[in-house]
Amino acid sequence: MKWDQFFITDEPLIVGAGISILLTGLGIIFVLTYLKKWKWLWNEWLTTVDHKKIGIMYILFAILMLFRGGVDALMMRTQLAVPNAHFLDAQHYNEIFTTHGTIMILFMAMPFLIGLINVVIPLQIGARDVAYPYLNAVSFWTFFFGACLFNISFVIGGSPSAGWTSYMPLAGNELSPGPGQNYYLLGLQISGIGTLLTGINFLVTILKMRAKGMTLLRMPMFTWSTLITCVIIIFAFPILTVALALMTFDRLFGSHFFTLASGGMDMLWANLFWLWGHPEVYIVILPAFGMFSEIISTFSRKTLFGYKAMVYSMLVIAGLSFVVWVHHFFTMGSGAAVNSFFSITTMAIGIPTGVKIFNWLFTMYKGKISVTTPMLWSLGFIVNFVIGGVTGVMLAMGAADYQYHNTYFLISHFHYVLIAGTVFGCFAGLHFWYPKMVGYKLNERIGKWCFWIFTIGFNICFFPMYILGLDGMPRRIYTYNASDGWTELNIVATIGAFMMGIGFILLVYNVYYSFRYAKREQTGDAWDGRTLEWSTTSAIPPHYNFAKIPEVTGLDGFWRSKQEKETENVEYKPIHMPSYSGRPFVMSAFLFISGFGLVFEWWAIAILGAIGTLICMVLRSFDYDDGYYVNVEEIQKTESVYKEV
Amino acid sequence: MDNQKQNSSLVDNRFPWKHFVGYLLSVVLTLMALWITFSSGFSLSIIFAIIIVLAILQAVLQLLMFMHITERNSKIQTGTMLYAAFIAITIVAGSIWVMSAGHAAH
Ligand code: HEM
Ligand SMILES: [Cu+2]
Repeated sequence: MKWDQFFITDEPLIVGAGISILLTGLGIIFVLTYLKKWKWLWNEWLTTVDHKKIGIMYILFAILMLFRGGVDALMMRTQLAVPNAHFLDAQHYNEIFTTHGTIMILFMAMPFLIGLINVVIPLQIGARDVAYPYLNAVSFWTFFFGACLFNISFVIGGSPSAGWTSYMPLAGNELSPGPGQNYYLLGLQISGIGTLLTGINFLVTILKMRAKGMTLLRMPMFTWSTLITCVIIIFAFPILTVALALMTFDRLFGSHFFTLASGGMDMLWANLFWLWGHPEVYIVILPAFGMFSEIISTFSRKTLFGYKAMVYSMLVIAGLSFVVWVHHFFTMGSGAAVNSFFSITTMAIGIPTGVKIFNWLFTMYKGKISVTTPMLWSLGFIVNFVIGGVTGVMLAMGAADYQYHNTYFLISHFHYVLIAGTVFGCFAGLHFWYPKMVGYKLNERIGKWCFWIFTIGFNICFFPMYILGLDGMPRRIYTYNASDGWTELNIVATIGAFMMGIGFILLVYNVYYSFRYAKREQTGDAWDGRTLEWSTTSAIPPHYNFAKIPEVTGLDGFWRSKQEKETENVEYKPIHMPSYSGRPFVMSAFLFISGFGLVFEWWAIAILGAIGTLICMVLRSFDYDDGYYVNVEEIQKTESVYKEV
Repeated sequence: MDNQKQNSSLVDNRFPWKHFVGYLLSVVLTLMALWITFSSGFSLSIIFAIIIVLAILQAVLQLLMFMHITERNSKIQTGTMLYAAFIAITIVAGSIWVMSAGHAAH
């Protein structure tokens, strides 16, 4: 391989991006060195096992990825704004929609949600950390390095271009030569490890580490939705792992699982991909549902309506989400029996989803509603998500889907559920729990501007796409002719897309503005909350979260104890906490090296990385560090500081 | 943490024979499957039959050696097992059905 194939040099846009990445990197290194912050970075962040810090790192990474995926999106919309545009060529366009889709779902939605889960769940169940803090760091760093491996593809070696679904035979060696597709396979494989471990970690955390008195049916709804999400993760992600491994074998070692030649089954890839893929869409929506439940209940000042119905509908979703996958390829033509079966299961999954919508509406009914920014995002969610759900049921009819499939109608459907559901949920959750993370709220005025511009832009961008789809505009095309009659609506959609870009900039500006000017919170209870995470003595909880583990007597535990107003004098006991470790970071870096070697089929590097990873695992096995105790004086000192305020 | 302390007092320092043997047997079963596929020279259908048997054996072995399947008592345990069986059957039987029906089979 020559150097000019290694570093992409023939595409001005990519060279520009490469140079700006280089400059930013150098800038960061310079600032860190200048401020002598390297040690701080290592000691406080890279080696941390504190769930709150890990959560914040997840969220920061997700916002960065939202930026990258967003730039991809704006480039696509620019290309499509007018017929026969020459902003991007066909290959570049293919690369961009591939990275856009993959990044948005796996490296933006997932870490954003997992980040909020990390920050909130242990606090919400009254625990001092997750069940396996070390494993949690492994989760983050494998996820991080897997995502980085995927992300460097566009400057080093070339991006994948077979779509985020990577259907075979298109993704095979014959039609996608070069390292691009390998980046997809290994990036997802490595980051998938992290997701699976997160699933296991939080399942155990929620089942085993709840505060005294918090029975399963007293858990806050966000905790419930996380629990069920974890179950789905644990059963769905291994399917992806296996499918990716098989395709990796096809590409690197000449096996024939999914090839056309030698008896492979190309559509078996699609089958396995969606066996994971559909549960995955529920993995990214359920935690958002949970957050909306918390927010709507808090700002209606009422207990959630139909708590049990909510729980049962999520259990039903966990079961049904595994038996609908064929609706993504009705057009493969498995016959009337198969398509009818999967049409019916797909429509059935709309029922528990609908139940939840009504529960939120009834929670607000007769409530004392205050329209804060998190609440605004939640209200926006209800309205827009319903549009996505209804069109989903339209797509669910197998016979009708032959018309909608692979058109802009489908594009609009899944953006209405993913943006109005997941992204609105992440924004709502971010605003809601922001004071818990940094000790002050995001500015409400900027937040509301951001909401309106983003939401209006979103509808201007995506609603016309339903019509474009019905007019026959296929997805994944890089240009069209004026005679197709799609020009006007495409221009409109592009305008909407740029409005969403402005909304995003406002969000980032709000982070800066609030850092400078926001009033600092004095108590841990920024929104007059109902659940335990708001009961910490300080705005930002101390690293051990609770000096004394709270006890719960019913649903909305903190709300109840506020009503009762008992303040007892607590006697502190030493607190056992896990030690920080740099090994998860180092191990994941080795995995990255190994993955990089496999991408280019440079076996020596791949083996070196694998050996490094193994050594880290062996070292861990002989690690007898049982953590340490925070002694009573230190707790007293920390707590008294907060009491005085 | 209190939970953790409880757990660590349960840890014994004996050699984990169960895991060790389970791991070794898993490796052996896998190597056998590889050998049978690549070098045994049996006909295709016999190879299929044998490796399916080996796969089931290995699954059972892992459930016994690693997955605490013999520990009963909790409802959660039974629920998880049933759910896992449901998912496994869905994946295998569902894929076979979908991939062998209609035009997809050709
Ligand atoms: C009311 C519930 C829903 C129903 C009935 C439904 C139905 C469908 C159907 C039938 C398709 C395939 C259409 C085709 O390819 O022609 C589809 C695609 C899709 N759906 Fe949904 N859906 C629902 C909710 C969701 C949710 C909650 C999400 C994610 C948060 C989601 C994300 C997606 C994605 C990403 C695709 C397209 C994937 C691709 O081809 O790249 N859906 N949906
Ligand atoms: Cu689906």
